[in-house]
Amino acid sequence: MTRMSLIFDITRTHLLSRLKQSSIAALGVTFGIGTYIIMMSFMTGLNGLLDGLILNRTPHIHIYNEIKPSAQQPVDYYQAFQNSINVVHSIKPKKSQVRLHNALPLMAHLKKDTRVKGVTPQANARVFYLAGSNELNGIVNGINALEEVRLFNFGDYIIGGTPQDLIRNRNGILLGAGIAKKMSLKVGDRVQVSTATGGIFPLKIVGLYQSGLAEIDNVQSFVNLKTAQQLLGEGSNYISDLNVKLWDMENAVEMSKNISRQFKLTAIDIKTANAQFETGTSIRNIISYAVSITLLIVAGFGIYNILNMLIYEKMNDIAILKATGFSGTDVQLIFISQAVIIGILGGIIGLLLGYGVSVLISNTPFETEALPTIETFPVNFDPAFYVIGIVFAMLSTFLAGYLPSRKAKHIDPIEIIRGQ
Amino acid sequence: MDFILEARAVNKYFRNPVLFHVLKNISFGINEGEFVSIMGKSGCGKSTLLYILSTMDTDYEGDLFINKRKLTGLTGPELAHVRNEQIGFVFQFHYLLPEFSVLENVMLPARKLARKSPKQIRMDAMEKLDLLGIKDQALKKASMISGGQKQRVAIARALINDPKIIMGDEPTGNLDSKNSLNVFNIFKQLSIEQNLSLLVVTHDLDFARKTDRIIEMADGEIIS
Repeated sequence: MTRMSLIFDITRTHLLSRLKQSSIAALGVTFGIGTYIIMMSFMTGLNGLLDGLILNRTPHIHIYNEIKPSAQQPVDYYQAFQNSINVVHSIKPKKSQVRLHNALPLMAHLKKDTRVKGVTPQANARVFYLAGSNELNGIVNGINALEEVRLFNFGDYIIGGTPQDLIRNRNGILLGAGIAKKMSLKVGDRVQVSTATGGIFPLKIVGLYQSGLAEIDNVQSFVNLKTAQQLLGEGSNYISDLNVKLWDMENAVEMSKNISRQFKLTAIDIKTANAQFETGTSIRNIISYAVSITLLIVAGFGIYNILNMLIYEKMNDIAILKATGFSGTDVQLIFISQAVIIGILGGIIGLLLGYGVSVLISNTPFETEALPTIETFPVNFDPAFYVIGIVFAMLSTFLAGYLPSRKAKHIDPIEIIRGQ
Repeated sequence: MDFILEARAVNKYFRNPVLFHVLKNISFGINEGEFVSIMGKSGCGKSTLLYILSTMDTDYEGDLFINKRKLTGLTGPELAHVRNEQIGFVFQFHYLLPEFSVLENVMLPARKLARKSPKQIRMDAMEKLDLLGIKDQALKKASMISGGQKQRVAIARALINDPKIIMGDEPTGNLDSKNSLNVFNIFKQLSIEQNLSLLVVTHDLDFARKTDRIIEMADGEIIS
């Protein structure tokens, strides 16, 4: 204990007597760690936001009936032609129902699966929006708003109202922002909707839906599931789509295959639908890690350089310490502890700097069409970055101190004393 | 006869650039309280001998004893402990740690030895500085005092652990005659009053003549 306190005393005197050099070395670490924290917080925050844009509102498995031609035409079943090449011209898609057969029992079945976080039913209706003499075609989605909010962050895309307003108002509609603009409608107004079958329904606008994608906002609106079924003139078991959200996205591929085989439905998983997405995320992560690690290594070289010079400067001191009974290890400890102190101090200040700037960024206004509810830049305050930052600071400064200190350990005092 | 310091058949070779026999079969001993000087021309090997005796140079043949304990073959940290506890050094150049105060410089070897409380060490250091007449400089930075004063601080530092023997490599080589005399008188006084053994390598004939015994070396051998 007394040994360490003595070594620490020498270390402190060395550091304080060249305060300028020491602080520059520490500043190098501060800068490296600070930038690392800022970059990682900001980049992963943005990544999360961008991923969320697509991933959060995309169902992990989307189940529906696709209109498509049958894979096997009747001629293929005819045994007489089994060994011949059959060519059928102008194949037309098979007429099938849009609704999912036995949708409610299927929903109940899926909800029992432990991998499933939730299932939301939808009933889609093609409509015309009527305002005066204008007719705009579009799609109305009948949804269970509560479940959509819970599973697909539906609430993030509603402006001028809340999903709860839709639940409270049976004849409410969350109108696509593009449609509202075209027809100069606002929240509280009424819009008339006519269906393919000819019925006209007046609906009250309780909010606007803005996804940020103009193509969607120009056609799509949301109503309660029941309202949509009424628009279609169907019963309460009419469901055209099921959106499944899983606890773990990785299971989506396998599950979707099983569902489409077992129930003879089309089931698209998120990975097939958004394959390019993960690539972008991982490349952004690699870039931010590469830049921050480069910064930290540069800071490490700075410390290495300063300690190396310090050891050349302190040759006489090292010789006399050794002559008066300090061992090589003592001398080595003196220089390593200098490096580690620089690393810890610089690292902690770097963490504070990184945190401060992150807070600043997270309060900077950031407005995007895509996410109407986001007002400031997204920042990820994950404590893991801070832990990695300080560990890396200590590790790199230890290495930067260890290499020169080994030289100090092996300095032969006689050479120094004779060399004068 | 009980020697404080004894060398038996010490041989030393320099291997670079060519093999060179520096010390040839050196054997001698120093008694308690004896003040010995080593003289000889440059290159005769007297400093080399001193560094072997000081335990800092371990690349030699033969045996070395301090206080009847054989030191040949001990490990680096063990030798460091021996130097710390039993040997005091005074060099031609003062080798104080410039960022530390005079008092801290004197205290360092004792703090390393850690046999006494910090308070006791501080008192001892002040006492040694007082003995050497530089108590008033105690709190100054080591880089702020004069050459003669620095050498006295170095002597105080050499004394702090009450060693058996003090070794000097041209301790007066860099001092004017007044300060040289001063240092000699301090050494003499220590030898008489505290029964301390001293071994000093010197070029200064006046200095050597006043010591108890002169060991004269030439070409790696003791000639008288």
